[in-house]
Amino acid sequence: MTSREKILSAVRQNQPGEIPMPDIHYPDNVSSNIFEQFVKTVTGIGGEVIHCSGYPEIQQHLQKRFPEPARIINTINELPGFETIAEPSDPHTFSNVSVTVMLGNFGVAENGAIWLTEEHMLNSALPYISEHLALVLHRNSIVSHLHEAYDRIGHADYRLGTFIAGPSKTADIEQSLVLGAHGPKSLIVFLVN
Amino acid sequence: MQQHQTHAELAEQFNRDINRVNWHDQTLWMVREKRDKAAQQVPDWEQLRETASQIKNHTLAHLHAYLLEFEQQALANGIQVHWAADAEEHNRIVHRIIQEHGVDRIVKSKSMLTEECGLNEYLLQQGIEVVDTDLGERIVQLAGEPPSHIVLPCIHWKKEEIGELFHQHLGTPKGNADPDFLTRAARAHLREHFMMRRVAITGVNFAVAETGEFVVCTNEGNADLGAQLADVHIACMGIEKIIPKRNHLGVFLRLLARSATGQPITTYSSHFKKPGPGKALHIVLVDNGRSTRLGSDDFRNALKCIRCGACFNTCPVYRRSGGHSYHTAIAGPIGSILAPALDMEKHADLPFASTLCGSCTNVCPVKIDIHQQLYTWRQVLIKNGHASSTKKAGIQLTGMVLSKPWLFRVSGKVARWIMRTFPGLMNNRFNPWTKQRELPMPPKQSFRDWYVNNRSHD
Repeated sequence: MTSREKILSAVRQNQPGEIPMPDIHYPDNVSSNIFEQFVKTVTGIGGEVIHCSGYPEIQQHLQKRFPEPARIINTINELPGFETIAEPSDPHTFSNVSVTVMLGNFGVAENGAIWLTEEHMLNSALPYISEHLALVLHRNSIVSHLHEAYDRIGHADYRLGTFIAGPSKTADIEQSLVLGAHGPKSLIVFLVN
Repeated sequence: MQQHQTHAELAEQFNRDINRVNWHDQTLWMVREKRDKAAQQVPDWEQLRETASQIKNHTLAHLHAYLLEFEQQALANGIQVHWAADAEEHNRIVHRIIQEHGVDRIVKSKSMLTEECGLNEYLLQQGIEVVDTDLGERIVQLAGEPPSHIVLPCIHWKKEEIGELFHQHLGTPKGNADPDFLTRAARAHLREHFMMRRVAITGVNFAVAETGEFVVCTNEGNADLGAQLADVHIACMGIEKIIPKRNHLGVFLRLLARSATGQPITTYSSHFKKPGPGKALHIVLVDNGRSTRLGSDDFRNALKCIRCGACFNTCPVYRRSGGHSYHTAIAGPIGSILAPALDMEKHADLPFASTLCGSCTNVCPVKIDIHQQLYTWRQVLIKNGHASSTKKAGIQLTGMVLSKPWLFRVSGKVARWIMRTFPGLMNNRFNPWTKQRELPMPPKQSFRDWYVNNRSHD
């Protein structure tokens, strides 16, 4: 008997009798202003929120914030300028990237997380290997809580999907919070109309 | 006889430095308070715990079907699925995959399962170098120690000691103990490993039967950097990590980080569903005693654990005895009910490392009856002969006295007289009860005598 068969047969024999699946209860009193809640939460977890009218403003902001010779990778078609990459690239070539700009699918007000899927990453190492990360989010794409978030994700197919909430962080040394453990040292969220 | 030191002996060593114990205690209590604040901000927190608990109960009752569904979906996604009956088989499978790719150095992010299986030691014996990439885990690895906490692996280390450790191993300037500086040094050191390694191991927080995907949560991003830069990603999980549906993640991710550190969510909650182009994705499903535990009405519940560590942070015994006193990969209250099932002889002391105060049960996000299981384990252990002769004699004597009311009254009177007349007979270094505490002065009369006297005056 293989280990697979052995495990499965022991599990079948030992699992207790029928227990029904519960319904998921949605919070009764969600914030009336999820937009404000989102901004407050992102800031609270070490992110920075910048309100923008559109892509040209984002371009200007990034140019000013990360002057030459910073390596800025742009994965958004609508955003003018910066370096674009071919999809199948070796992720090791991104070790010197200063900042990557990506489109976030939607944000979650209760925890400041932004959902990203690999189709917006172009290369799935980029959100983690870049020194800084900039995510562009439309103002109307914010949901209240995680239950709503998973309703929105639904049965979507992806290779990699991730919630990113703030910059990479650690408090492993005496509980002192340090931003930029292994991944981006800062997270900028551009909220556009 | 036990070959290693017991929890009580190791805790006594930890307690020699009282300032350190107080610091350890207060640091963990601070984390517990953060958890409370985060939980209070979620209006339906108790309902959420109840839902999570019920989802887990349901999943365990249908685990066979969900394991099959997960396997089928994962295979359809292009993930290679392996089954390991025990720790040894798990280690062999992981080693074989590494060998197939012809490498002798790998990176690994936090996985309590691989700690449980002793993977690092096994791979080291096979000539494979494992670099733990979680900062706390890397610190204890450099020091040659196991983690002392499942979420905060080096919570027992002071920054000055970490500064010295990094000075020795990473060449940082002597005397620099600034957490920012040390974290930057570790970042540079580990980035080199991330760039060079072709195989990355991660743990699994949740695996979804419906979609065949699995979720890994970190704050540092080390699991992601490892997995995205390597050609081969091996994810190791216990079979109890399965949840039925993707939308159940909403329930568990709302609870996990809030319970663990008081954050609303970890920085990264990555959903791995398919291997990247030209890459390999493996999952190792490990039993290692879980299917046996599933058959126990008393202890099944512990399989609901999502490894948040809330029970550690709240436990008055853990906070004052330190993680290493538990001499097992998973310490604290949850470790004390998990470990005896794996090796009753070796871990017979752990269910006694508790005051049974119940705080662990009260904070558990999936409502495991931890303190009840600690109590039940004690019954099992005594029945199986795992009690010291002193404890046995004491319990037998107490049983005899309590079963005869006249003997109880006489003994009480004698004991009160002795304690009042010769307090040194009880409060001395030979009585384990009076270590670090003193017995109070007993009253002149018992409650029974008082009651009899006062009632007669009515």
